[in-house]
Amino acid sequence: MSMNRGGRPTSAQGGCSSDSPTFTGNRALVIEEPLLFEVGDVSKTGVDLDEPEVHEKRLGALERSGIGLPGLTEPEVMRHYVRLSQKNFAIDSGIYPLGSCTMKHNPRLNEKMARLPGFADVHPLQPQSSVQGALELIDTLAAWLLELTGMAGVAMSPKAGAHGEFCGMAAIKFAQRAKGDARSIVLVPESAHGTNPATAALLGYKVRDVPAREDGTVSPDAVKEALGPDVAAIMLTNPNTCGLFERDIVAIADAVHEAGAYFYCDGANFNAIVGKARPGDLGIDCMHINLHKTFSTPHGGGGPGSGPVVFSQALAPYAPVPYVVRNGEEFALVETSGAAEGAEPFGRQTAFHGQMGMFVRALAYMMSHGSDGLRQASEDAVLNANYVRAGLRDVMTQPFGDQVCMHEVLFDDSFLKDTGVTTLDFAKAMIDEGFHPMTMYFPLVVHGALLIEPTESESKASLDQFIAALRDLVRAAKGNDKERLTGAPHHAPWARLDETRAARQPVLRWTGDAPAEAAE
Amino acid sequence: MRYLPLTDADRQSMLAAIGVQNIGDLFADIPEEVRLKDLVELPRRAGEMDVERQLGAMAARNTPASSAPFFVGCGAYKHHVPASVDHLIQRSEFLTSYTPYQPEISQGTLQYLFEFQTQVALLTGMEVANASMYDGSTACGEAVLMAHRLTRRSKAVLSGGLHPQYRNVVEMLSDLTEFPLNALAADPAGSEDLIAAIDDETACVVVQSPDVFGRVRDLSAIAAAAHEKGALLIAVVTEVISLGALKPPGEMGADIVVAEGQSIGVGLNFGGPHVGLLATQQKHIRQLPGRICGETVDANGKRGFVLTLSTREQHIRREKATSNICTNSGLCALAFSIHLSLLGETGLMRLARINHANAVALADALSGIAGVELLTPEFFNEFTIRVPGQGIETIEALARKGVLGGVPAARLAPDQTGLDDLIIVAATEVNSSADRDAYVKALQEVLS
Repeated sequence: MSMNRGGRPTSAQGGCSSDSPTFTGNRALVIEEPLLFEVGDVSKTGVDLDEPEVHEKRLGALERSGIGLPGLTEPEVMRHYVRLSQKNFAIDSGIYPLGSCTMKHNPRLNEKMARLPGFADVHPLQPQSSVQGALELIDTLAAWLLELTGMAGVAMSPKAGAHGEFCGMAAIKFAQRAKGDARSIVLVPESAHGTNPATAALLGYKVRDVPAREDGTVSPDAVKEALGPDVAAIMLTNPNTCGLFERDIVAIADAVHEAGAYFYCDGANFNAIVGKARPGDLGIDCMHINLHKTFSTPHGGGGPGSGPVVFSQALAPYAPVPYVVRNGEEFALVETSGAAEGAEPFGRQTAFHGQMGMFVRALAYMMSHGSDGLRQASEDAVLNANYVRAGLRDVMTQPFGDQVCMHEVLFDDSFLKDTGVTTLDFAKAMIDEGFHPMTMYFPLVVHGALLIEPTESESKASLDQFIAALRDLVRAAKGNDKERLTGAPHHAPWARLDETRAARQPVLRWTGDAPAEAAE
Repeated sequence: MRYLPLTDADRQSMLAAIGVQNIGDLFADIPEEVRLKDLVELPRRAGEMDVERQLGAMAARNTPASSAPFFVGCGAYKHHVPASVDHLIQRSEFLTSYTPYQPEISQGTLQYLFEFQTQVALLTGMEVANASMYDGSTACGEAVLMAHRLTRRSKAVLSGGLHPQYRNVVEMLSDLTEFPLNALAADPAGSEDLIAAIDDETACVVVQSPDVFGRVRDLSAIAAAAHEKGALLIAVVTEVISLGALKPPGEMGADIVVAEGQSIGVGLNFGGPHVGLLATQQKHIRQLPGRICGETVDANGKRGFVLTLSTREQHIRREKATSNICTNSGLCALAFSIHLSLLGETGLMRLARINHANAVALADALSGIAGVELLTPEFFNEFTIRVPGQGIETIEALARKGVLGGVPAARLAPDQTGLDDLIIVAATEVNSSADRDAYVKALQEVLS
């Protein structure tokens, strides 16, 4: 063993291998952290507050005596949550190529702007004269969204993509009812996000599937066949969930309109075509925009999102309240139905005015990029996805043949046939290599789907490393090194978790009972 | 462009590797006639300084709550948030991660969601909670739909004390998803007979406490009456700090509790993002909407957490899902959970006592002004006053004097009668006695 002059070993020999347990269960930088309820104490608090002066109480006979909530001091809180954070993968730590989720870089300028007191510390029900800048920001963002989409109107209040889907479909239902033309069926391609049929069903529609043709896109003939006098709308994702642009979209829109139906576009993948094509030119009647995907507001471990909806001229009058109107340099918020001429809002979807914090971040992102940068971002996203495709096409398999994709590339599991390795194994092995797995088993129309969306935030060097690692894993799966995949992850702080047990014996809160027993 | 790592040389070599001539070849599937030839008519890229300048100018045209004597509530409240909360939620590992679909590398998010669910259950006095909703109002709508599934009935009864915008959300759902609704008239006097409105078709009765006018309500009798008719009680809480002082809905017979959690950790944000809380009994978990985190073990027997009961959800069940929701309000739930960990029971209950004390002092001071009447004898940190003249004009006049004095009830519910001269006033721990004095002085001047 080589030593330095102080007699200290300089090589890695004698280190702690992954299968030698430590006394504490900790592993250097990875430190075990009990639940808050196991480290906190109800008598402890990390907030210094003075007891109020004695006064008459007016709480009726409803005063509470205790809660059972533990508290921690500030140093303990910092340690608890920092240790938890260290158990998470994040965009800032590595490539996070979740197809359909658009895990692009989250600029920190946007965080700084959203925290300006003039945005973060204003109340939604302050007098409108005291929030003119906030209304201006909403109006400005709305104008950018309308310009980028070529649409006529926008609803800013939906809180997330699925909330936006509801908004768009509610406007369609409301519009048809207003015309005395109530309809009962919504067309949804099999490759759609699950939120599409769920939204249609929530609004009382029956869902009719539209099959895809062999190249993974929807044909106008299939749509025409499914259309009829009872069809209210089609919900189509474009680019679709196979990563392909629906090249017959204009013909589809024409057929839909001819049948008296509306065209709802799921805008989850709008990030591929910003600055390259405008939904308004494609014949779309409404589309939600996931600000947390296309315009990079942080995903935050699952929210908050924001899902503004853009409308065509035909549907714009039915957009929900509230909305901002501009009169010269003054801005006004319309909060109730019937307050503005020509508008017939379908109602209100949420208290207050939408996800202001996300609006600020999205506008900062758009202003930073500008029309030129937004277009470049779309081009780079598509370029990166195709580069991954080119790097893997000879070793992995594509369900619809080797064709140009948009911002994400879809593989199926036929390259794993007869190896005994599944899509799940392959994905978990990527964890060991330091990558977040791609989206698995979606879209449902493709067997063992692996959907990779690298986004424009990855450098060429990062993609080269990613491609090389996936090629190595394919070789391991096909060779004599399958345990590397079937038992993966081997190097994550947790081995595979038992999801069946969680669903069969649901434990949804801490109760103080003995910790879960070891699995057999 | 500072966010795009590819160089032009990279782009050229990548196009060659793909086997195409130029970037346009990758967009060839977009029909020629709709492909944009030029840039859209918007400003070009801007540096950080430039963006800061432009957005800073917009921010400067608003009056932040911290810059004035501030008494605005009605579903969003100004509270102090400890500095460590915002620091922690900005850690990359929390901020820039996705929904925890890969539990082996997402235990940070999953553990805090499990802790959040437990905190919410304890606060509301319920058995279980989900991993959060968009906000209180949408959680209220989802709770009504959940009650339909649980009771196989469709009618909803809404108290006149329910926040009018929450009521609007349920009205919209009633109209578009088509279920019968009995929404009682706005009830500033606290005189409605909710029990008489519950019948054999009723799926749920929705009651807020403290209600939108600030009134504290005992829900026990309403719960008993609802249960007798086979209906469920949905309790709504828009000021979650009140649960540090008041008996929780779970101890008064509520079947589902929805709350707006914004007061703890999240801030005002001009109305969003906020965080919705949804709690219920264990027996109802399979009809819950939204994400749920559960405990399990890994292949080595080590405790860990996963998203669970996903067979309720849209990505598995599609049109048969319990709701179309596929996100929660994750980062806001984290902020809530961190702030509540700092408070603990000791801090939260003291904070609630301070809020109540400040509100009592303010209510006494305002109702001492000639012509001003206090309508809510029992309240937590918010109450309603009747002023001579119009509430909307009074609030505007106060604003011109630099005091943000509350919410005119008529702004929230312009379709309701009898609200024109009412102002809903909130007081929290951020209000000093100087703020109170400023309010009294300004209101005296406005009314004189």
